[in-house]
Amino acid sequence: MKEKLPILLPEIILFGFTCAVMVLGVSKTLRIRQATASIAGFGLLIAGIVGSMTQGEVGAPLPGLIPFAKPAIAAVGLLVLLLMSGSVDRAIEGRIKSGAEAFDAIKTNRAEFYSFFLFSITGLMLCTSADDLIWLFLALELTSLPTYVMVTISTRGTASQEAGVKYFFLGALGAAIFLYGFALIYGSTGSTDLVAIRSAVDAAGAINPMLAIGLLLALVGVSFKIAAVPMHFYTADVYQGAAAPVSAMLAFVPKAAGFFAIILLLTTVGWTHGPGGHSLPEAVRAPLWVMAVLTMTVGNVLALLQSSTKRVLAYSSIAHSGYMLVGVIAGPGSRPGLAHNGIGAVLFYLLAYGLMNVGAFAVVASLERRDAAEPTEADDLDELRGLCSTRPLVGWTMVLCSLSLLGFPPALGFFAKVPLFTSGIGAGELPLVIILGLNSAIAAFYYLRLAALPLLEKADGPPPNLSPFVTRRIAGAISAACAVLVGIGANTLLKNARQAAAMPTEAANRARALAAGPDRQVSDDQASRASIQMSPD
Amino acid sequence: MSPIALLSLMFVPAASAVAVAAAPAKLARHIALVGTLFAIVVGLVALGDYDWSRPGAMQASGGFEWLPELGLRLSVGIDSIALLLIGLTLLLGPICVVASRTAITERVKTYYAWLLVLQAAMTGVFAARDLVLFYICFEFTLIPMFILISLYGSTNRKHAATKFFLYTFTGSIIALAGLLYVVWFNATKLLPTAFAGAGTWTLDIGVLTHAGASMSLSEQSWVLAAMMLGFGVKVPLFPVHTWLPLAHTEAPTAGSVILAGVLLKLGTYGIYRFVLPMTPAALVEHAHLIAVLAIIGIIYAGLICWVQRDVKKLVAYSSVSHLGFCVLGLVAVNGPGLSGSVLYMINHGLSTGALFLLIGMVYERYHTRDMDELGGLASKMPIWSTFMVFFVMASVGLPGLNGFVSEFLCLLGAFQSPSGLGREGLGATPGTLGPWFAGFAGTGMIVAAIYLLYMTGRVVFGQLKEPRGHHAGPLPTDLTVREIAVLSPIAVLCVLLGLYPKPVLDVVAEPVAAQAQWVWDHQPGATPAHAESHGVAAPNDEPPGEGE
Repeated sequence: MKEKLPILLPEIILFGFTCAVMVLGVSKTLRIRQATASIAGFGLLIAGIVGSMTQGEVGAPLPGLIPFAKPAIAAVGLLVLLLMSGSVDRAIEGRIKSGAEAFDAIKTNRAEFYSFFLFSITGLMLCTSADDLIWLFLALELTSLPTYVMVTISTRGTASQEAGVKYFFLGALGAAIFLYGFALIYGSTGSTDLVAIRSAVDAAGAINPMLAIGLLLALVGVSFKIAAVPMHFYTADVYQGAAAPVSAMLAFVPKAAGFFAIILLLTTVGWTHGPGGHSLPEAVRAPLWVMAVLTMTVGNVLALLQSSTKRVLAYSSIAHSGYMLVGVIAGPGSRPGLAHNGIGAVLFYLLAYGLMNVGAFAVVASLERRDAAEPTEADDLDELRGLCSTRPLVGWTMVLCSLSLLGFPPALGFFAKVPLFTSGIGAGELPLVIILGLNSAIAAFYYLRLAALPLLEKADGPPPNLSPFVTRRIAGAISAACAVLVGIGANTLLKNARQAAAMPTEAANRARALAAGPDRQVSDDQASRASIQMSPD
Repeated sequence: MSPIALLSLMFVPAASAVAVAAAPAKLARHIALVGTLFAIVVGLVALGDYDWSRPGAMQASGGFEWLPELGLRLSVGIDSIALLLIGLTLLLGPICVVASRTAITERVKTYYAWLLVLQAAMTGVFAARDLVLFYICFEFTLIPMFILISLYGSTNRKHAATKFFLYTFTGSIIALAGLLYVVWFNATKLLPTAFAGAGTWTLDIGVLTHAGASMSLSEQSWVLAAMMLGFGVKVPLFPVHTWLPLAHTEAPTAGSVILAGVLLKLGTYGIYRFVLPMTPAALVEHAHLIAVLAIIGIIYAGLICWVQRDVKKLVAYSSVSHLGFCVLGLVAVNGPGLSGSVLYMINHGLSTGALFLLIGMVYERYHTRDMDELGGLASKMPIWSTFMVFFVMASVGLPGLNGFVSEFLCLLGAFQSPSGLGREGLGATPGTLGPWFAGFAGTGMIVAAIYLLYMTGRVVFGQLKEPRGHHAGPLPTDLTVREIAVLSPIAVLCVLLGLYPKPVLDVVAEPVAAQAQWVWDHQPGATPAHAESHGVAAPNDEPPGEGE
């Protein structure tokens, strides 16, 4: 396993910083405690830079994924981190500062909060390096487990606790389902190595039913992470219950982990089936198709009915997962070029969604109700009224981010959606593309409302207070700037996304299978023994 | 004419918009006026080296790489038809700015800034030679218009603005899917040997025109349906026209002028530029269906006009009716029909724009547009009434004024049937429709005469009626010099285009003939011999409007 170390360098660096944050976060000195967020940010920055210089293993399921995905994760992670300032310990730090209360490491949450955040990001980065089912499972769980805690401690209200419990139990259910799926995949192919599974599938020449069922169970389980039908039920409640910065994180980190996992899992059967030889096997494609259609439609239609900004964003996050599933179904396509490559489109969309979505949540995180005893987020749609004149920065952040999320040209969201459209058409999925188009039109109803309320309506009363944490507004402003500017100059990013989605060549696969042959088998046995001792959650 | 000149026609208003937003509110209207006038000057200077001997060719074409990964280029180019429509856009710019002086007193910076952005986007639509650039500009017109209606409109403005946005957005996203299908078809289904640009991923409209015409009839039909959904909403075509009367009624005067003058033409221009050449076989196959929708629009909207009490709503519905003629001429696919349609786009922009201006002027004085409360204004406002009668006549299609020429040509085009009936001596290409279509559409002209003259009779002539307790505000009873200056250039153009349309018709004749030729050459089984039986020459391999 020594040869894996260079690939894992970003994760190792992040882990180091995670430990530092965990220790320093309980320091008695206020300044050191306060520095934890900066240390976490510094760690993300370094991990991102190192990640961009890391090359994936030759013959890995997606060899080019790491140099695109790890910096992208770090970038969005930094943005989320900016937004998180002041999420925990706000009241207690005030009391400690005024001397009303002595510092007690048990009562403060800062150390856990930031280190769990880094743990989750580490898990997400591990997902991109995964080439083995066990590894993938561990990475997915490392991504999710800290978020359960973060949801619960993000506010002091009972809603957060309820959200945390709901999220945890459904998460455990999801994990159990996809672990069962993984077991069936292992059972049907005799290996947990993704490339070896691919070889076994190719050798068998057909998808056997057990493998198909295993893959489907795995997909259903992972659909919890990406908030897709049929595991989407928790989304609105959890996003609403958690503090907005944590919701912003939930909308990106587990979702990205889920999509990396889905793409990696599907490389085991490959997009080499169907009449043209460029689509998924029908046993996988058909359920995914239904999942995509239901996910975008359910998300968009339910978003129409909400009166809370966070719930609107939660349902829209479901819809965005549905859009991205179109790219997953389209696959790497029959021709070079991003316009044909659905996987590249998904990777770019994930980054774009992460960047522009933080802004929308930053608006909620920056506004506090006037007449609340404890600081309460102003997440009612009506509280957005007239923000462009009363709170210009926050208001315009909402306008620009929601237009970009809608996919309005020439914002980032538009340039992210075009490759999804073209790759879908290229894969012959015309009905799916039409449904994607119609869903974008439905989304216009609520995104237009999110943009029009701050811009065009008059405020009913005095505007909500601004949150004292200015970094939240900065995070929003950066996100809005990204939404406007990144798309216009996205060529390099688009190119990187395309390269990230390059499938390994047949020769590389064979070479790897040969080289890792007997040695691999042993490690697989050890791994499977390890998995038996492990409980799902 | 260089592509830089074309791009600067977009850049000048956009930069003026930024200047308006940055400058104090007092200066907003002056900067906007200078910006729009400067755009005209740039346009005229650039026009100096326009080659009038090749009106059908794409001139000033060229561009820059933008996002090569997606094939997106910032490429522009215009033929004489795009040139005319850009001219209309530039002309209406300062007119709208000057006309808004007294009507807009609050949030002036926002108003003029978005007005200028709108002009930049509309210019971009006509100038774009890249599919996605076209789409970006086409969609981006929505935001300024949405803001203009919902901030400066009348009572029901938010509902109207939202409906406008959602209808157009939905339609055009489906149209985008259809157009991207053509892109994909070109990239994957065609051999590179078929023509220059085939077999590659490109968004160049010229190449895609070629590719679209190579698709099978069923593929073309689907793409046609998708595109008609997008452009049909914009035109607007029955039955997706319902957003228009609402938007027009609620929009501020300048908004209505731009909506009627240019934004609706984006739909007909889209049909001319994309539907006709990209799906020629499907269009001829289904032309009668689209024509039936157009004729229903003509008559149905005309009848609705007859019962309106709100003058502005009446003119709004008359737009639906008038644009029906325009679509009829387009789908007839022959010389007279297409020339008439192109001319109609200009004429309707002028005369209906002017009518909206006139109604706005009355509204500023009386704060009502209700025919029951207004009457006999000729005695109070003689200058206004003169202009009103003049533009109503232009709109009705009185011979000698501009509306007549284009309406007549559209009907003439529709009259020519595929069987050749009524075709003798009327041009080289056959039509897709026939006398029946022309006959039914013709009744629309009669209805138009009835409702417009009825409205004029009540509002201008007869006994003087003014709303009780009205106050004219700071404005004098009759038109001011500013208002006359706004209306006069339009009136002069109406007379010129009515009495002597030949220069314009000559300029559009070549691209229009090439367009019709292209469509008939790309019918299933159309061989040169077959084409000759229709009286046309052998097919040339240049899509209409190609080549520098």
